[in-house]
Amino acid sequence: MAGPEIKAPALREFPTVPALQPDATADVKCWVASEKIQEPLGFPGKLADDWQETHDRAIGRMGELLDKYRSLKVFMDACVHCGACTDKCHYFIGTGDPKNMPVARQDLMRSVYRRYFTPAGKMFPQLVGARDLTREVLDEWYSYYWQCSECRRCSVFCPYGIDTAEITMAGREILDAVGYGQKYSNEIIGKVHRVGNNLGLPGPALIDTLSGLEEDVKDDTGCDVRYPVDEKGAEVLLVTPSADFFAEPHIESTIGYGKVFHAAGISWTFSSMASEAGNFGMFIGNYDQLHKIAQRVRQAALELGVKRIVVGECGHAWRVAYAFWNTLTGIGAGANDPFAVELQKQLDPRYKQPAHICEVTWDLIQQGRLKFDKSANDHRIVTFHDSCNVARGSRMGDYAGGQFDIPRHIIKAVANKFHDMAPETIGERTFCCGGGGGVLTDELMDIRVKGALPRMEALQRVVDDNGVNFMATICAICKAQFSKVLPYYGFKSGMVGGVHQLVSTAIQLGNEQ
Amino acid sequence: MSLLFAILFYVAAAVFVGGLAYKIVDFARTPAPLKIPTTPAPISTPGVAFRMFREVVFFESLFKGNLWIWALGAAFHFGLALVLVRHLRYFLEPVPALIAFAQPFGMYAGFMMAAGLAGLWARRFLVERIRYISTYSDHLMLALLLTIAATGLGMKFVMHTDVIGVKAFFLGLMAFDIQPLPAHPGLYIHLACVALLMLVFPFSKLLHAPGIFFSPTRNQTDNPREARHLAPWAAKLEKN
Ligand code: HEM
Ligand code: HEM
Ligand code: SF4
Ligand code: SF4
Repeated sequence: MAGPEIKAPALREFPTVPALQPDATADVKCWVASEKIQEPLGFPGKLADDWQETHDRAIGRMGELLDKYRSLKVFMDACVHCGACTDKCHYFIGTGDPKNMPVARQDLMRSVYRRYFTPAGKMFPQLVGARDLTREVLDEWYSYYWQCSECRRCSVFCPYGIDTAEITMAGREILDAVGYGQKYSNEIIGKVHRVGNNLGLPGPALIDTLSGLEEDVKDDTGCDVRYPVDEKGAEVLLVTPSADFFAEPHIESTIGYGKVFHAAGISWTFSSMASEAGNFGMFIGNYDQLHKIAQRVRQAALELGVKRIVVGECGHAWRVAYAFWNTLTGIGAGANDPFAVELQKQLDPRYKQPAHICEVTWDLIQQGRLKFDKSANDHRIVTFHDSCNVARGSRMGDYAGGQFDIPRHIIKAVANKFHDMAPETIGERTFCCGGGGGVLTDELMDIRVKGALPRMEALQRVVDDNGVNFMATICAICKAQFSKVLPYYGFKSGMVGGVHQLVSTAIQLGNEQ
Repeated sequence: MSLLFAILFYVAAAVFVGGLAYKIVDFARTPAPLKIPTTPAPISTPGVAFRMFREVVFFESLFKGNLWIWALGAAFHFGLALVLVRHLRYFLEPVPALIAFAQPFGMYAGFMMAAGLAGLWARRFLVERIRYISTYSDHLMLALLLTIAATGLGMKFVMHTDVIGVKAFFLGLMAFDIQPLPAHPGLYIHLACVALLMLVFPFSKLLHAPGIFFSPTRNQTDNPREARHLAPWAAKLEKN
């Protein structure tokens, strides 16, 4: 990549709040989507030549969103500028740019909201920090709404639960509505519609890849572990992020999923129609896209006649699946409308719908249906990185916080050496990997590296104190981001991997002597 | 002067009640289309009620977030709550026993409230990042509340006013029968600022008080897999 060399900030021995460096990352911008990317999604191809038209469209869209989303409306009004969130964002910690403080990121929009939608801002703009929407403001939105990974860490600490991610989503939605979309996310969404997954891997290539995988696993284990696609009548439909099909280290977890189903004797299948669990519709805050992408899973489930729907290791995908699928597609339970009931009567009510692969594996472990040789993982000293969307946007199991325990239970069941990172950096307070929410693109490498700082500091501590050499996680984006970013901090890229990679290493497939 | 204050308070009360009611209705009728509680979140309705209780009474999230702000904010709001309870004696006749009981605590509450406000205000000057996010209105709001507290404490401890007369004035207001308001500069400032506070309440960040109850990240039950959650405008998308 051109431009100045990107350097990781130094790890701090005593993390303190950085001094403000105004506009430090104002110019870190991702590429803007072309007309060819924008138009198929129903967005204007580019900004209108006439500013007034863009202005009116943006304000109009904002008004619509304020009427559609209570979150946005309440969050615009409720913030008291108390400052509790100011030091909670990893991008602020890494860059020192004050506009990366969550409340300041919100204020980029709140200032405009006040000006156009509140009496105080209409009459006394200076007094309440209101400002007109200008081209400069829009550019600023583009910079800073694409420097937020929608990780929701700020919302944990806000006394009113103000979730900057909701405001970022609204900001991106308005930007799309005026033809100022982000290339990375919108291009990917286009691929899902055209091909079925984020990576643009067509059905035949998928089948090819997976049969190659079957051979590899056979060579490795001597077992006929299957990785089927589009098998009608299978019990389980596994929907996983497409990176799981060939990216490293993702594929190691895919191998693990297959082994778990094999060992438990559960019939399962991937789908070429729903070969993507990720849903970038959430990142751009666009309900229509979120909805359309999710429909593919519903359609696949109906066509294949599966009884259970299980989701692979992916953070935002799990949030969409867990929290939104029932709303969007009827995958879940408890519906009484014909649209959702059609699917829900097909799904087996004895299981959680959808279920996370970790829930499935942990259930099987508890039932004694999986056997492990834990010592197979003895070369690894493991820690676990909670992915933000799993931690703060979803749940696993039957109680609040199960999403923290279940992956750790699994790790401890398959490996002997496990150490958690510092408590203020895991669980609900976990730090984002720095690459989530649609910023996993090369042009944003600068903030991706800097945003990883707090996680890298916590990792360094367990590396020093406990000799940790493997950071497990259950998110495709975390895996991709860390693989790239770890070396900037002097760690090995291969240090990150999946929970089911550990499962895969230790699981006994029944043919051991 | 009595007439002036009477009009002022009628207007302020109307704006306060009307504006706040409008805002609350507006919050309530705006749908929350997706389940977005910040997890881990309670999985039952009583659990959500308990979470909300902890947020409103103990500022639980703020406690996790920043101890300084929490301590100062708690001192201010707790003081404010006691002071307001104590003030009910100007509006109720006879004074309920519970409020009479709270009177002695209320006196110190005024100091607690003022100290909290002063601390919060100091942060806006001393802490670089809070200074960065502060607007004029943030400062003015604290100034306003501090003026109310200072004049109130002044009347209590420095230059007394005729509290019986004040009570007669407000009881009269409520019966649409305007009584004379005791002449007292501290009281005039106190009351003018209170009226101003009521006037700006529905248009300012003071909406955090009703807002917290409508915050989807705090008031939603974490049960998306068990119950289908559908906003009316989202349901319409399914029809075509
Ligand atoms: C449901 C009731 C309320 C709750 C739960 C609540 C909660 C909070 C919290 C958590 C904060 C942030 C911490 C702080 O700065 O103190 C805050 C700030 C504030 N509250 Fe409240 N509040 C309530 C009612 C009120 C009322 C009735 C008023 C005014 C008369 C008020 C005035 C303020 C002000 C001015 C601030 C900002 C302080 C600053 O500038 O730092 N609050 N509130
Ligand atoms: C119409 C409404 C109000 C009236 C008639 C009123 C009247 C008074 C009076 C007469 C006093 C002196 C008490 C004494 O000498 O014993 C006082 C004290 C005080 N007032 Fe108010 N006030 C009103 C509203 C408020 C509000 C909304 C606040 C807070 C935001 C407030 C804060 C205080 C404080 C802190 C004191 C001193 C401590 C105390 O006596 O409790 N007042 N008020
Ligand atoms: S959601 Fe995450 S990335 Fe966005 S402002 Fe909040 S803490 Fe920062
Ligand atoms: S913590 Fe919440 S109320 Fe406080 S400044 Fe941040 S967003 Fe605003």
